[in-house]
Amino acid sequence: MKHFPRTDRSILSNWWWAIDRLTLFALGVLIVCGIVLVSSASPPAAERSGLPPFYYVHKQLIFLLPTLGLMFAVSLMKEKTLWRMSLLAMPATILMMATAIFFGPKVNGAARWISFHGMNLQPSEFAKPFFAIISAWLIAKARQKPGFPGYQLSLALFLIIISLMLMEPDLGMSFVLACMWGAQMFLSGLPMMVIAGLVVLGVIGLFLAYLFSPHVTSRIDRFLDPAAGNNYQVRKSLEAFRHGGFWGTGPDHGIIKLTLPDAHEDFIFAVAAEEFGMVTAIFLIAVYAFIIIRSVSRIYRNEDMFVVLATTALLVQFGLQSLVHMGSSLQLLPAKGMTLPLISYGGSSLLSFGIAIGALLALTRKRKTGLLHDDV
Amino acid sequence: MAFDIFHRHKLTISGTQAQALEMARLRLIWVGMLMMMGYLAIILRMGDLCLLHHKSTAMLMGSGAPAETERPLRASIVDRNGNILAVSLRMASVYADARMVHDPAKLAQELAALLPKQNEADLFKRLSSGKAFVWIQRFITPKQEYAINALGDPAIHFQEEQRRIYPDANLAAQVVGYTDVDSNGIAGIEKFFNKRLAAGGKPLRLTLDVRVQHIMRQDLAAAIKTFHALDGTGLVMDVNTGQIIAMVSLPDFDPNHIGEATNNEKFNRATLADYEMGSTFKTFSIAAGLNSGKVHLSSVFDASHPLHIDQFYIHDFDAKDRPLTIPEIYIYSSNIGTAKMAESLGPDYIRDFYQKLGFMQQAPIEVPERATPLYPSPWREVNTMTAAFGHGIAVSPLHLVRAASAIVNGGILLKPTLVMPDNPDVPPQGTRVISAATSEKMRRLLELVVASGTGAYAWVKGYDVGGKTGTADKNKNGRYENHANISSFLGVFPIWHPRYVVLALLDDPQGTKATHGFSTGGYTAAPVVGDVIARMGPMYGIKPRMYITRDSIEKSMKPYLKEYKEGQALASVSTDH
Repeated sequence: MKHFPRTDRSILSNWWWAIDRLTLFALGVLIVCGIVLVSSASPPAAERSGLPPFYYVHKQLIFLLPTLGLMFAVSLMKEKTLWRMSLLAMPATILMMATAIFFGPKVNGAARWISFHGMNLQPSEFAKPFFAIISAWLIAKARQKPGFPGYQLSLALFLIIISLMLMEPDLGMSFVLACMWGAQMFLSGLPMMVIAGLVVLGVIGLFLAYLFSPHVTSRIDRFLDPAAGNNYQVRKSLEAFRHGGFWGTGPDHGIIKLTLPDAHEDFIFAVAAEEFGMVTAIFLIAVYAFIIIRSVSRIYRNEDMFVVLATTALLVQFGLQSLVHMGSSLQLLPAKGMTLPLISYGGSSLLSFGIAIGALLALTRKRKTGLLHDDV
Repeated sequence: MAFDIFHRHKLTISGTQAQALEMARLRLIWVGMLMMMGYLAIILRMGDLCLLHHKSTAMLMGSGAPAETERPLRASIVDRNGNILAVSLRMASVYADARMVHDPAKLAQELAALLPKQNEADLFKRLSSGKAFVWIQRFITPKQEYAINALGDPAIHFQEEQRRIYPDANLAAQVVGYTDVDSNGIAGIEKFFNKRLAAGGKPLRLTLDVRVQHIMRQDLAAAIKTFHALDGTGLVMDVNTGQIIAMVSLPDFDPNHIGEATNNEKFNRATLADYEMGSTFKTFSIAAGLNSGKVHLSSVFDASHPLHIDQFYIHDFDAKDRPLTIPEIYIYSSNIGTAKMAESLGPDYIRDFYQKLGFMQQAPIEVPERATPLYPSPWREVNTMTAAFGHGIAVSPLHLVRAASAIVNGGILLKPTLVMPDNPDVPPQGTRVISAATSEKMRRLLELVVASGTGAYAWVKGYDVGGKTGTADKNKNGRYENHANISSFLGVFPIWHPRYVVLALLDDPQGTKATHGFSTGGYTAAPVVGDVIARMGPMYGIKPRMYITRDSIEKSMKPYLKEYKEGQALASVSTDH
């Protein structure tokens, strides 16, 4: 890689010296692993759909270009620009989500997608990073300026987005969004009693969903009692872990992946474990954990509440989504259908993380003033 | 000053804010720790699976551990007469550990000689791949298994598997459904009764009759071809027991080669598709009217002018421009007359009656592919009027035959079923929806439509057929298409002691020279129903009554028919909408 002298004051050079290069490297590792794993996991699925074997791999590579572009562009932004972008993009995202619910095609009983020039986009994926930034700003503003109704506005925005997600219905994503918002509330100093109340409310909400939404009832029943119904994918996924063992079967020697319908999307972690073994799975977990710990330490001394809250929500999105993906494939959680960040096949997920990671890099940049913290 | 928080240098960190930040930092550590604990749980769980429960490829494929033989052979599915629709056979599959192959060229040659489906070059490629596991072939015959075993190659292994066979291929594909490679039911009866079938034992006996199923499929396919329709569906239901004798959805597929089937082919139109049925629904609104006691066969409703309500106009396809009696409304299929009659019953009467007929919920049936009807909510006055002639409400063909059975069988709504009851002597339980007297009047009306109206092509000499045509403009994305129809015919026979309801429905049929360009239900679907009845009647030992003529039927309704002339049909086959 080209080295920029520290005296060079061009945008690219400033960016290179301010950015968290270790996180950037870790992200690169994840993306490369993603390409390898999609190449291994997707050909059987492509063949089942009558497509050329490397169809999904090509599509994924094509989506990587705008994703990297977005990531770079967003990582250049100042905090104020980030907030302005989110404020502009949020209404459009909400509108697209509503469009998907009322006019979009139904896939497996859920209306989450809109078609755009033959491309299927899932707008709710984009709602998450924008929400993280707007909500962080609102809460920070409320803390700074008593009288500003930041909490109320943040709650209102949260309710709008989560209602749309529940209408789709997309329970997994609603869960991630609720945790992102919950983490911001937690950090912003909400009394423990209120937080306990919110958790109780969440549990009641889940219970109501279990009682009144057949979709959720069946998911949870299948989790609690695997014999209750068709949890074919989870059974196959567990077999994949057993088959993989510690060292894995080796690339393209996996058998279970051949019969796992969503191997390249919601069960790519199982493919990783089957072919590359537990050792690789632990490596991937270590990379995710590294990114989280590293980012936390970069903002730890930051005095700006906005930066702390926005970064936290983005990290929760990133970390929780990886946890839910892994947990589902190991039957630690009910099957949720969630992508593994930066690894699973899927254009919307990739682009959304392009924005989220770009924002994360922007927020964890070394501050020029040097006033707030030193580089770690 | 709204965006001031970004101007850090203007910000003075007061004591409380510093405190707030301290708390945020502390809690940030908690959030981070929670996530790390999550990752730790993942690693522990993986250790359990990957290390403590590790399975080698050989163990996974069951060599040495004959897991498959312990599993009972999946139960068969048979029709009402015991003809096999689905059966499982034990078969061996052969695979190789390519790492153990010494001479792939020789082995490929030997295997290719024994397995005619395999190509030698292809086998060679797989055998020299060096992979721990490659399939040679799934499901081989016992002879092949013996011969391959005799090769004595240590790289070759067998796995005992069971394979599901569907001897009748396409015949009842969507109803019977299919299984995945591991014999788990994933559609149709196979899915609905997966547990019962997987446990093995006695065959599951369906109510279908493969003979009638075949007749319906053949006639429907011929009609689709003749009229260049997109697709079609047909049903035969026993009106006294609710048993489904035939259920056909075309295009269909061969469940023995499920990989080649398209979603369009797998789609069971009889149970999973919602259609706006059009005029066949007049059967139900008029039954509602007659059953209310407010409307009689002699009641007259003025159909001289198109009806204007809100921004809608209701027209008649073959306008008579005069007041019509109920039998006239029915045989001329007058939308205006039906709408006015429905209006006279009050705003909720039709809706409540449709609810009683089961048009507002899924029809109970033993396949998972069930359609939820579409109906207006809230239900306004205009909905009453359009629903009376079958627009603005969409139900599945199964809903239609179930409700029609209740109209003709004396008034009892039954639960449709695909599975033979354990004890055939127990009479099926149902709920009364109309009186026996109303049911009788409806039979007279249905009879008249075939004898002298739009259903003439379903007339089968001696079999005493009743019925109603339906031709609905196809609704595509909320817009009605003028030149695309859903054309159907709902038939009942024998009409005086009804035993079967027969429905044929075609999506977007095109008129031909023989039909003078018309694509109405009377021209396209009625002949299918007529032919099915003519072929299945003798099979079921129904005695023809040759003395019944079209004229004798007309005469019996003479008081209500203004245009009655001896020896002349009242309505022509084309005039139905």
